[in-house]
Amino acid sequence: MIKPFLSLSICLLFSLPAHAELRGTGDLGVIIEREPAAIQIINTTHKSSLSRITELGDLSHASVVYSRDARYAFIFGRDGGLTKIDLLQDKITKRIIQAGNSIGGAISQDGKLIAVSNYTPGGIKVFSTETLELVADIPAHYADGKLSKVVGLVDAPGQKFIFSLFDAGEIWVADLNEPNKPSIQKFKGVGKQPYDALLTPDGRYYIAGLFGDRGLALLDLWSPEQGVKRILPDYGKQDEKLPVYKMPHLEGWALAGNLMFIPAVGQHEVLVLNQSTWQLVKRIPVIGQPVFVMARPDGRQVWVNFAFPDNAQLQVIDAKDLSLVQSLSPGKAILHMEFTPRGENVWVSARDDNQVVVYDTSSFKEIARLTANKPSGIFFSSRAHKMGL
Amino acid sequence: MRQLWLCLSLLIPTMALAEPSKQRQAELQNMLKHDCGSCHGLTLKGGLGPPLLAKDLINKPDDYLVEVIQNGRKGTAMPPWKPFISEQETRWLVQTLLK
Repeated sequence: MIKPFLSLSICLLFSLPAHAELRGTGDLGVIIEREPAAIQIINTTHKSSLSRITELGDLSHASVVYSRDARYAFIFGRDGGLTKIDLLQDKITKRIIQAGNSIGGAISQDGKLIAVSNYTPGGIKVFSTETLELVADIPAHYADGKLSKVVGLVDAPGQKFIFSLFDAGEIWVADLNEPNKPSIQKFKGVGKQPYDALLTPDGRYYIAGLFGDRGLALLDLWSPEQGVKRILPDYGKQDEKLPVYKMPHLEGWALAGNLMFIPAVGQHEVLVLNQSTWQLVKRIPVIGQPVFVMARPDGRQVWVNFAFPDNAQLQVIDAKDLSLVQSLSPGKAILHMEFTPRGENVWVSARDDNQVVVYDTSSFKEIARLTANKPSGIFFSSRAHKMGL
Repeated sequence: MRQLWLCLSLLIPTMALAEPSKQRQAELQNMLKHDCGSCHGLTLKGGLGPPLLAKDLINKPDDYLVEVIQNGRKGTAMPPWKPFISEQETRWLVQTLLK
């Protein structure tokens, strides 16, 4: 009797340190260190770095999604790398190279599938989030057997993934209810060179930006039989465009009442649309070509960063009166912004200063600064429960 | 007159030198990696834009590569870099890419 008791107490003794380190993941996040191919796991409550994980391949344009239990981060690298990171143990659970050249990914409604959009070979591949084993391969075949680069991949209600074919000008909706037999609905001729897309937070509208065409392509997922419509058809005429030194992203949106904010391609403007009529409400002049136009979670503020050569600044739009309320200069080469779950802070990466700067969004004061090696994307675990990111 | 020449040579030092200054070389390298890299990949293996590895460029004339970087390519997403990179710096970049 004594022996088992002793060994039990020894067990308890040795397991104590682990218990002492128990932590939740709801206030964690990942900062991509682009050049050294590493990530930092950070805590947004304490504004601190918890750990660093290296050897993650080519992390240019890397992005992250989270498992629905918010324990695991899935990192999508440019080199086709897909890495599953355990935020509780600060380590790589599994890493695969699933393609030659990739651009991003999404996690399914039920959290069981992870999809990656690839440039080479053009298409999407779907994996089990549990094992990272291949579940479905969907090559983006179009005219005369060519494969298109795939962009703007999002998850959508009904266990669907939606994406756009850059070279083909198509939008595909893949239904993964039967993971091994995906059924695909194709929308052709949506416009030239869709370069990115967004899903509205309610999961209803998929909107693709068109680099080679006027306006934006809109798919209403509540009425897919109506097909893809062009909105803002008079906008973005080629001859009005300035050279684009960095492709804008359509990840962000703002809904204040029913207004949507998007970056204008090749223009020093943010566009404001009425989401009921899809009419242009206002063009807000800004200091450069917007890259990310992101709403604070409450929708009151819209933060904008810019393409080279205006990428040392940030501007903030007040969604109430559609005017600029603040300009900030956090550092050199501002690449990305991420709001804390309820928006009291925003974290900003300054690539060429090797800094991540944290602002209080109500006072616009800098409240913290972390060192990171060529930081690019910042992704918080609150994304685990949001559609379309 | 001599002072004017001195001023000019201070203003446009790259015109007088065979290659950019060390500091400018570092800036150009950073630009290549990160700004060109945002379309062509950090390792230049390609992305939305084509790969820029030496093996992909070796058969293209230097002048053509300089022209594309300086003036961009119409009908594609490649912008003109002329406002930010001189022709001489572009030649240096092309040589760096071909190494």
